[in-house]
Amino acid sequence: MSQQTIINAQGLDLTFQTNDGPVHALKDVNLEINKGDFVSFIGPSGCGKTTFLRCMAGLETPTAGTLTVNGMTPEEARKARAYGYVFQAAGLYPWRTIGGNIRLPLEIMGFSKDDQAARVERVLELVDLAGFEKKFPWQLSGGMQQRASIARALAFDADILLMDEPFGALDEIVRDHLNEQLLQLWARTEKTIGFVTHSIPEAVYLSTKIVVMSPRPGRITDVIESPLPKERPLDIRDSAEFIEIAHRVRDGLRAGHDDV
Amino acid sequence: MKSLLPVLTVVGAILLLWVLAVVPMNMHLTADQAQRDGLVVSPETPAARQEYSGLGLTLRNPKLIAATFVQERPRLPSPHQVAVEMWNTIVLKNITSKRSLVYHGWVTLSATLLGFGIGTSLGILLAVGIVYNRAMDMSVMPWAIASQTIPILALAPMIIVMLGSIGIQGLFPKAIISAYLSFFPVVVGMVKGLRSPDGMQLDLLRTYHASPSQGFWKLRLPASVPYLFASLKIGISASLVGAIVAELPTGARAGFGARMLVGDQYGQPLVTWAALFAAAITAAALVGLFSLLERLTLRRMGMVQA
Repeated sequence: MSQQTIINAQGLDLTFQTNDGPVHALKDVNLEINKGDFVSFIGPSGCGKTTFLRCMAGLETPTAGTLTVNGMTPEEARKARAYGYVFQAAGLYPWRTIGGNIRLPLEIMGFSKDDQAARVERVLELVDLAGFEKKFPWQLSGGMQQRASIARALAFDADILLMDEPFGALDEIVRDHLNEQLLQLWARTEKTIGFVTHSIPEAVYLSTKIVVMSPRPGRITDVIESPLPKERPLDIRDSAEFIEIAHRVRDGLRAGHDDV
Repeated sequence: MKSLLPVLTVVGAILLLWVLAVVPMNMHLTADQAQRDGLVVSPETPAARQEYSGLGLTLRNPKLIAATFVQERPRLPSPHQVAVEMWNTIVLKNITSKRSLVYHGWVTLSATLLGFGIGTSLGILLAVGIVYNRAMDMSVMPWAIASQTIPILALAPMIIVMLGSIGIQGLFPKAIISAYLSFFPVVVGMVKGLRSPDGMQLDLLRTYHASPSQGFWKLRLPASVPYLFASLKIGISASLVGAIVAELPTGARAGFGARMLVGDQYGQPLVTWAALFAAAITAAALVGLFSLLERLTLRRMGMVQA
């Protein structure tokens, strides 16, 4: 596979003006994400990982530096519907069925009725929710709801998937299961994934590239290319390699804290 | 059905209090009547009896207690008198009769429903304006609140006289008063409802590059439905009050308000009380109807757990 750069950040800076004075959320952030990468952003609260993801999505505007997504500005990429975004909470509309929620972006983007139905069926299968199309969100568990929200982000076939701590609110067992499913999904769809988390095992297990960030001001302190193979059973987390990478991430996080 | 027992208990307590109050409230009247009928009453002159409270007089004339419940023009009618009057004017009277409460009820109800329709539409339009237009956001709400601080009793005759002077009479002026009272809860509820989607839900639509009108129809409007129903239940009862108040100061010849006034002016408390109860029952039925609609709608939308 050719190393095509999908997301490119150079000298990115973002300062929020708040009532308590300016907050330096991102400082001199440089990063390249290639096609098919699974990139995790890890760091303590306030390190700017979510802000960085929101910049890529065109939901925040950097105050300095350049950022391109698919060769366009994030704003243009957003308008071209270049990515699917998964939020911390599933955020399904309670008045729509699971199928209706997945149809939401398709309706907005003007897909034909037949196409909508076919896509809903396909992505429900992809997240292992076939048969739940006519259920309402409250009839599903938290993990199933989050899977439905991933299906919603997949439905319009964007090449990029941006995920902001999607499993943060779920318990460990469900999270393990969803991590495994997410890797399978990534392998099947060959999407480029940006994934915000503050769980070290989650970041190491999922990623091809781990971006370690630190707060005040939010910046990148380490970028780790994972040597783990693409096929990852859950018990890979007991291997020496896995533990070594986790160790390096932990060191990076600690270093980021020390020099504040 | 779980609420049946508590509701009946409260109704029972109110009835008991009512029945107990009838005796002292009507005792002076009853004593005067009994004296005219040649019975011995103590004390013997009406002036002397005025020195006593209703309760004191009752204690001195316990044999008159039964008679306090069947006075023709009581100060406080007994429950069964009101019930009989309602039975006579609702069930036994032909509904085209000027003395039928069904006829008067329909006169008030038609103004109520027209006013409620106008008020609700206006309320929804104002709420949409407030949510989408910054100038309206800054300016409309204080006026809406101010409008509700003016006593409707003072305002109603002015509106009716003004509309009358330009030739608008009958149903419409009453509906305007109803609308005046019912638009407010709708504005407040709908503004809250349309603003209820959180930042994440709005961001989600931005990631789809959804247009403002898509945001309205697909997110804000459905999210506001539970708030709308809460407002409608307040609005419909306010509408009924508005229609009745509009009938009071203008010598309306028909409607619950007209019946209350007639009963008052011609010394027929039973007429007033029957109209009062009929109005209360109508209001309860309207609110109940909207509760039912709310339950059905929200269940159909999947917003309550069936």
